[in-house]
Amino acid sequence: MNNLIEVRNLVKHFEVSGGFFSRNKKVIKAVDGIDFDIKSGETLGLVGQSGCGKTTTARALCLLDPKSSGSVNFWNTESEKMESIDELDDEGMRSFRRNMQMIFQDPYESLNPRWTIKDIIKEPLDIHNIGALNDREEAVIEILRTVGLTPPENYLARYPHEISGGQRQRVSIARTLIMKPKFVICDEPTSMLDVSIRISIMDLMLNLAKDLNVSYLYITHDLAVARYMCNRIAVMFNGKIVEIADTEELLNNPIHPYTKRLISSIPIPDPSYKRERYIINYDELDKIIAKNPDDKMIDIGNEHLVATHDTKDYFIES
Amino acid sequence: MKNNNNEKEIAKSLRREAIKKNWRLFKQSRLGMVGLYIVFFFFLLTILQPILFITGMWDESTYNPVVGYVDQTQDFLIVECPKEFPTEKYEKRSDCPGKNEVNVKTLFYADGEVGETIQLNLQPAPPSRRHILGTDSLGRDVFSQIMEGSQVAFLLGILSATLGVGISTILGTIAAFFGGKIDAYLMRQSDLVLMLPTLPLLFIISAFAELKIWHLAVVLGTIGGLGGTVITIKSQALQVKVKPFVDSARITGGSQMKILFSHVLPNVAPLALLFMVFSVTGAIASESVLSFLGLLNIEMSWGLMIYLAQVEGYIFSGLKFWWLILPAGLSVTFLTGGFYLVGRGLDEVFNPRLRKR
Amino acid sequence: MNNILEVKDLTMHYETIDGDVEAVKNISFNVGPGESFGIVGESGCGKTSVAMSLLQLQAENGKISNGSILFNGLELVGMSENDLRKVRWDGMSIVFQGAMNAWNPVVKIGEQIREAMREHYPESSKSQNTDKINELFTMVGLDPLVADRFPHELSGGMKQRAIIALALSCDPKLVIADEPTTALDVVIQDQILNEIKKVQDLLGLSLIYISHDIAVIAEMTDKIAVMYAGSIVEIGPTKQVFESPKHSYTKSLLDSTPSIRGEKKKLRSLEGEPPSLINKIDGCSFSPRCPTPTNSCKNQSIEMELIRVGDDHFADKCCSECINE
Repeated sequence: MNNLIEVRNLVKHFEVSGGFFSRNKKVIKAVDGIDFDIKSGETLGLVGQSGCGKTTTARALCLLDPKSSGSVNFWNTESEKMESIDELDDEGMRSFRRNMQMIFQDPYESLNPRWTIKDIIKEPLDIHNIGALNDREEAVIEILRTVGLTPPENYLARYPHEISGGQRQRVSIARTLIMKPKFVICDEPTSMLDVSIRISIMDLMLNLAKDLNVSYLYITHDLAVARYMCNRIAVMFNGKIVEIADTEELLNNPIHPYTKRLISSIPIPDPSYKRERYIINYDELDKIIAKNPDDKMIDIGNEHLVATHDTKDYFIES
Repeated sequence: MKNNNNEKEIAKSLRREAIKKNWRLFKQSRLGMVGLYIVFFFFLLTILQPILFITGMWDESTYNPVVGYVDQTQDFLIVECPKEFPTEKYEKRSDCPGKNEVNVKTLFYADGEVGETIQLNLQPAPPSRRHILGTDSLGRDVFSQIMEGSQVAFLLGILSATLGVGISTILGTIAAFFGGKIDAYLMRQSDLVLMLPTLPLLFIISAFAELKIWHLAVVLGTIGGLGGTVITIKSQALQVKVKPFVDSARITGGSQMKILFSHVLPNVAPLALLFMVFSVTGAIASESVLSFLGLLNIEMSWGLMIYLAQVEGYIFSGLKFWWLILPAGLSVTFLTGGFYLVGRGLDEVFNPRLRKR
Repeated sequence: MNNILEVKDLTMHYETIDGDVEAVKNISFNVGPGESFGIVGESGCGKTSVAMSLLQLQAENGKISNGSILFNGLELVGMSENDLRKVRWDGMSIVFQGAMNAWNPVVKIGEQIREAMREHYPESSKSQNTDKINELFTMVGLDPLVADRFPHELSGGMKQRAIIALALSCDPKLVIADEPTTALDVVIQDQILNEIKKVQDLLGLSLIYISHDIAVIAEMTDKIAVMYAGSIVEIGPTKQVFESPKHSYTKSLLDSTPSIRGEKKKLRSLEGEPPSLINKIDGCSFSPRCPTPTNSCKNQSIEMELIRVGDDHFADKCCSECINE
């Protein structure tokens, strides 16, 4: 299995001017040099609290807000090699757009309220001129069935405000997957849905991932959801990835103090479970750093990477 | 095939449901309903006139608002009013001239001696069975003139409103979408136009050019379109621009133009429609002011009716010639008020809807 | 031991243009002194409506049509606005959903708390109030200097702690917390839940905790009620309900909650959506979505009625009989 996406040293800075008379331009390092790979067919979870930079990373990856520096390479299936997104010509850009999609968090704002469901799902096909015109409608009906919105005819002429939140999210998924992209970024797609519906949406996404061999970058603040959805999890804090490992490995053997703190803060839906609150302690991390003083991310085995320098950030008690 | 039919059926029934729901929401607003009745009433007037002419119920030569005329004369006895009262014929000063009598001193054009009978035109004639609202000084039916004025008002209002809102929507959306220098320029332009006082500007324009109703519509529309509405539409467009569905379209690879016209514009349109309704009121009011001042080259309108009444001195006779002033004045007031109320009613339908789940 | 709060057969509806929407149907529960009572359910189940009606703070078109709310023996339903104002905040207070956004942005935090205190304790002096505020802030883990700051200078977590301090400012016996940590990061949520527990133990407060987050409810409460479509479908001691849920909905809810501990099991999802309360449903409101309905469920001919299924543990009649079959 080769890599689908390789991200190296991704940086995104925002300049904030200090006011009308101030000459100082404060720089906010939303994403401060992160590295990760995603293999074909794999789901990587990007977990962190609000403001840690996960959404910024997502937007930089799909060129909504271009990155400040760093490299993002993706596997082009036609040319069969890794291509940088900085050097895309028109054809390359079109291929990139066909293969990279995003599902948003808010089901109520991610569909154009003045378009019908049919037009919304059909739009990607129209933009990329895929298939004959009559076939496009067939494709829409087919994908509606796949995401569980049956009978499809009931939904084609509806407007987004006429269907529920869970159904809207399915429409988003349908629209995203109609072109069979290789890579989909999911920005907390279930956090605004009812608890009882979340699982059905997540199961749908898992099944589609298997059937269509899609990779996901699954962004969430909820580690429990990440556990359900992802093969690997990367933990982000303050614009940096502090730890990245296979899901069970991360949950059972966290190394970085932030990860430990995060995991220990999560409530468990079991009244008899005694949760131990973790108190931040750098000893273990220091020992590992001492052995590998030069590496930015240290591999402690099992593809489990821990960040070292500059990650002893003050965890602000607020 | 079957899919298509089914789909169309469902689409039709969904539209019907949606319209019914919107109508119910609009009905809730009492102001909106009142406004709607008023506007509808005037609209009926608008189409009533051609119907009456076409079906022959009204004889065009009599009832045409511009050139209609029918003789209405009456015999009057010429008298000379005495200087002191009471006399044997008259008790008070106000008794002379009496009914069917006319004071020789007030006769300008006719010649006649005291004691003679003379035929005088009764125009402007008060309301009678044949002329519901009477006639003006040229013998033209006032009711017909009101209907004609209604046509003018609707035409002018809708034309200028559409033009104005069309311009401002496109400009506002462009400013929001492209930002930077384009935005800065458009905003300064908007500020400039906002500063200009509309009516004096119209006076100046009418001094240079002969303003017909079409011209006025274009001028009003352009001035309105370049003015403050651009700023409001721009702020709405800015809100739409950052919504996830616009991001989604960009990620899918949509071009700037396509996103602008297919995604952003349709979401700004409801607000634009609202402005359109409100700007109709300004247009109608402007027209009546301009006609009142005699600055418009127009055959008949409400403003012109009042202009004529004033120029011929009937305004100062108090309510004696009320049918020359009140119908036209009240029409302007009510129609503009009606449109405004409809706008208020529409506001309640659109605003919560725009963000409704 | 007398109950601080006794709610019996509370029924409330909202009057809308589409008709009457019954948001709360025959809710009954008791909260004892020092007890933590949780209400869990999804959006639209009526839990926020219950919270609001306890303090008679429901929206203008919300009307309580039946039932009684006994607070320390006082009947709150039908009470005059003046009397209610005395009960609010110094008997019972509430931490709203999104409360941290409810701070007035142009008034300092401390001053806003003092406003509340002045309402209820007009005789206490300014320095007494300041001392009290300092005490409260320390209790919730805030630096007393925060009282001199404006809301926009505080982070989300700090604002929420201040809200809790505000809710405690008049020494209530019962605090209602409606999703107090929903918008917060999990690390901060953990700290705040900790503070709430500490404060509760310290002051002997009763707490009504409302949330859709099952995990938080599991950790914070002694007794819970599960709500669906305006009714309580199951109520009992938290441990018991979690270990042996007797209602189909409770079971589904528990089965659809992912956890980071325990074996990674395949979670069960529920079909359909939570019902819209405009359409009155006869009989069991959960039946359209129940994974194992019986014939009578499908005909919706079953009356909603709570029966005893364990020690102080009640569940809706039809579903509990269903599961036991």
